[in-house]
Amino acid sequence: MVSFNLNGRAVSVDAKPDTPLLWVIRDQIGLTGTKFGCGAGLCGACTIHINGEALRSCQTQVSDVAGKSVTTIEGLSPDSSHPLQKAWVQIEVPQCGYCQSGQIMKAAELLAKTPKPTRDQIVEHMDGNICRCGTYHNIIAAIQLASKEG
Amino acid sequence: MNAIDKTTLSRRGFLAGMGGMSFAIAMGSDSAQLFSTEAQAQAAAKTINAWVRIAPDGIVTIYSAGAEMGQGSKTSLPMILAEEMDADWSKVVIEMAPADRDVYGYTFNKQRGMSIVGSRAVMLYFNDLRMAGAQVRKVLVQNAAQRWSVDAKTLKTEPGFVVNPANGQKLSYGELAATGTVPNPLPTVEAAELKPRSEWRMIGKGVPRRDTPEKVNGKAIFGLDVSVPGMVYATTLHAPVHTGKPVSWNDADIKKMPGVLDTVRLDNGVAIVASSFVEAKAAREALKVVWDKGAAANFDSDAALDAYAKVSADPKAQVASVEKKGDVNAAFASAAKTFKADFRADHGYHAQMEPLNAVVRIADDGKTAEVWEGTQAPDNTRDEVAKSLGLAPAAVTVHQCYMGGGFGRRSLGDYAAECATIAKQVKKPVKLVWTREEDIAFGMFRPASFQHLEAAQDASGKVTGWKHSVVGDGGVLLLTGIRIPYYQIPNVDIERRGVSNGIRLKHWRAVGHVFNVFAIESLVDEMAVASNMDPIQFRIEKMAAIPKLRRCFEQVAKMCDWNAPRPDGRALGISLSERSGSLGAGVVEISLNKDTGKIKVHKVWLAVDGGTVVTPGPAKANLESGIIYGLSGLLHERITIKGGEVQQTNFHDYELMRMSDLPEVMEVHLLDSTERPTGLGEVGNPFLGAAVANAFYRLTGKRLRHLPFMPDRVTETLVS
Repeated sequence: MVSFNLNGRAVSVDAKPDTPLLWVIRDQIGLTGTKFGCGAGLCGACTIHINGEALRSCQTQVSDVAGKSVTTIEGLSPDSSHPLQKAWVQIEVPQCGYCQSGQIMKAAELLAKTPKPTRDQIVEHMDGNICRCGTYHNIIAAIQLASKEG
Repeated sequence: MNAIDKTTLSRRGFLAGMGGMSFAIAMGSDSAQLFSTEAQAQAAAKTINAWVRIAPDGIVTIYSAGAEMGQGSKTSLPMILAEEMDADWSKVVIEMAPADRDVYGYTFNKQRGMSIVGSRAVMLYFNDLRMAGAQVRKVLVQNAAQRWSVDAKTLKTEPGFVVNPANGQKLSYGELAATGTVPNPLPTVEAAELKPRSEWRMIGKGVPRRDTPEKVNGKAIFGLDVSVPGMVYATTLHAPVHTGKPVSWNDADIKKMPGVLDTVRLDNGVAIVASSFVEAKAAREALKVVWDKGAAANFDSDAALDAYAKVSADPKAQVASVEKKGDVNAAFASAAKTFKADFRADHGYHAQMEPLNAVVRIADDGKTAEVWEGTQAPDNTRDEVAKSLGLAPAAVTVHQCYMGGGFGRRSLGDYAAECATIAKQVKKPVKLVWTREEDIAFGMFRPASFQHLEAAQDASGKVTGWKHSVVGDGGVLLLTGIRIPYYQIPNVDIERRGVSNGIRLKHWRAVGHVFNVFAIESLVDEMAVASNMDPIQFRIEKMAAIPKLRRCFEQVAKMCDWNAPRPDGRALGISLSERSGSLGAGVVEISLNKDTGKIKVHKVWLAVDGGTVVTPGPAKANLESGIIYGLSGLLHERITIKGGEVQQTNFHDYELMRMSDLPEVMEVHLLDSTERPTGLGEVGNPFLGAAVANAFYRLTGKRLRHLPFMPDRVTETLVS
């Protein structure tokens, strides 16, 4: 059994210690907003927060989060009211939408540490997250909008 | 616990109270007696034709047949219908249409289909949906006219209401649906009865996409997110050589591994079934399979292009003519000047973000089945799953999910059928998930090609003759974008020389346009340079560009200030774009790092005539997406095959464009048009190959003739 805090609730899961957190969250706990893209830490679709730090859940063993606080896209806000989520809707960023949970979680880490990032800071921070539909310019615009209004 | 609850509930809601008659209604043979005022709102919901039902509370449910892979069709198609029926958009609920092409398909090349490929959604459904919407409005107006005993022609509609302008009386669509009648057969609608363009409230302006809110909070359900009770997990190891078959494998060892429930022999691979995906994946990694490699065992993608070059030059090679016009031989014999050039292109991989997956549940009696999949073609999925289970298509229900990207890969129903085969053997609901490594190794690629082009100019410099021969595997995939109807050249000979080598091939965002337009517009640029003419003027004066194309070039010239000087180390390149009836012209501004061979695209401008634009926001987003997808394919992506096996395995060696490679300026413009809509999903990328290569020539005096333009290849070109 591994116990941790997930989106503000205590959870305990019966999983082998080396099970990737991604699959525990998706298949055992049933929160599917966190996505599987590459399984190798290369695309960022599975990005979540562990104690506030954006990490790849496909490269994180469930035993590593014992006693820690994990946040997924479902826990970023209770009602899509995070400034980034509002900006994403306003600019209509998503196309297929598959990578966007990871993009938003990665961007949320940036704004938490750097509330008013420059464009270069945004690009540097977000460069590990792939968007195959090519919404990068709208992601930048949405982060800038959220940083103004957030 | 996710999609299943939603989909079964909504279907149950739809069918409740309709009994067996709902199908009859859906097929268009309606009976007014079905409905009663006493019935509850849900039960009395009235199906006016196959696309729409109206409930007494005014909620209008519209089916969308547009598979949603990010292009916005799920919203834009129902919006077209809602516009024409004058529905109140705030009361419109969208559901995905059942996978029945006879009812919900478009007609293309005289065949019914639901496959959303080739930018077809808005283009092919536009007229049908307008007519359907107008039919619904006509029924509602006729009902109101009857109630008020007035002539239907004197009545008007406004969103959600029929209005009598004579006395200001109003009846809501919900009130009319509660008590009204639906004639059988439905009234026909003439084109003249459609709303005039000036009265459009939504078409041309757009509405917020309905899928956006659930794509920012993790609630959107993709195929990968579906689970059903009792479900087990499967993953596959397909033959590393595409023509391969499994002979034997370490089955006993695999079955001893934790969580493994079964293994399944597939025609082209082995499936592992386990209680979790993680366990299935671990067993996949432990598989030791003896393969019969088949015909592609020695395929080498570099050697293949050299072999294609020989086929291209071989006078005895088998030739399939694509187009012959005028007398090409005479044009070349009398030419003042001739040009010839060869071009090559490597394979490309879709790299949709969501690895392929499906869920299949077969009923206990084996007589029906359900499939959950994000598919570009639910009708094909239904057929393929039915075939793999020995059922009639009608026995299979497809639950359409969002797709984490499609780009042409997801229209065959192949992996859903594979999942059905596995589910049939293990007698449990199965979720099949391919790993990313599997998705690449057993990919279906944009074909590689070799192209030989020749052109003839007469004494006045006019282009009078054109020859284009493409060599490769993939049949018609090689031919998209090879014709040049936008240049009025009198003598044309276009042909394909087919080769078969067993590598799996498929549509890939504009597919043949990627390499054909690259070759065509590179040669045109060479001729313009040799003629000492501006490339836009050359196309207009010497190639007789049609007015629609000319407008695109003129527009993009304005957008980029074509004649303005550029900073040192920068250069512009230009090319036309074309796909699915849309025409465009694009310009790029590039620089080159001569030490690394890396091309940087700083600015991109694209002007497109796509006919009537239904939803401007997503239309623009589609073009921008095409530009990024195109640049990624052009500068970063290359599939190579050695010994029949794909060498790339994941995103570290098949790299995709990232945010840091984004052009600083990306400007797209849709020209005003009153023509019917044409495709916009794939006209954003075909121009990029030639535009970048033509800019590269202006920068370096060298021609890039082999896609993609990876740094090592660029460096080779520079020293050549």
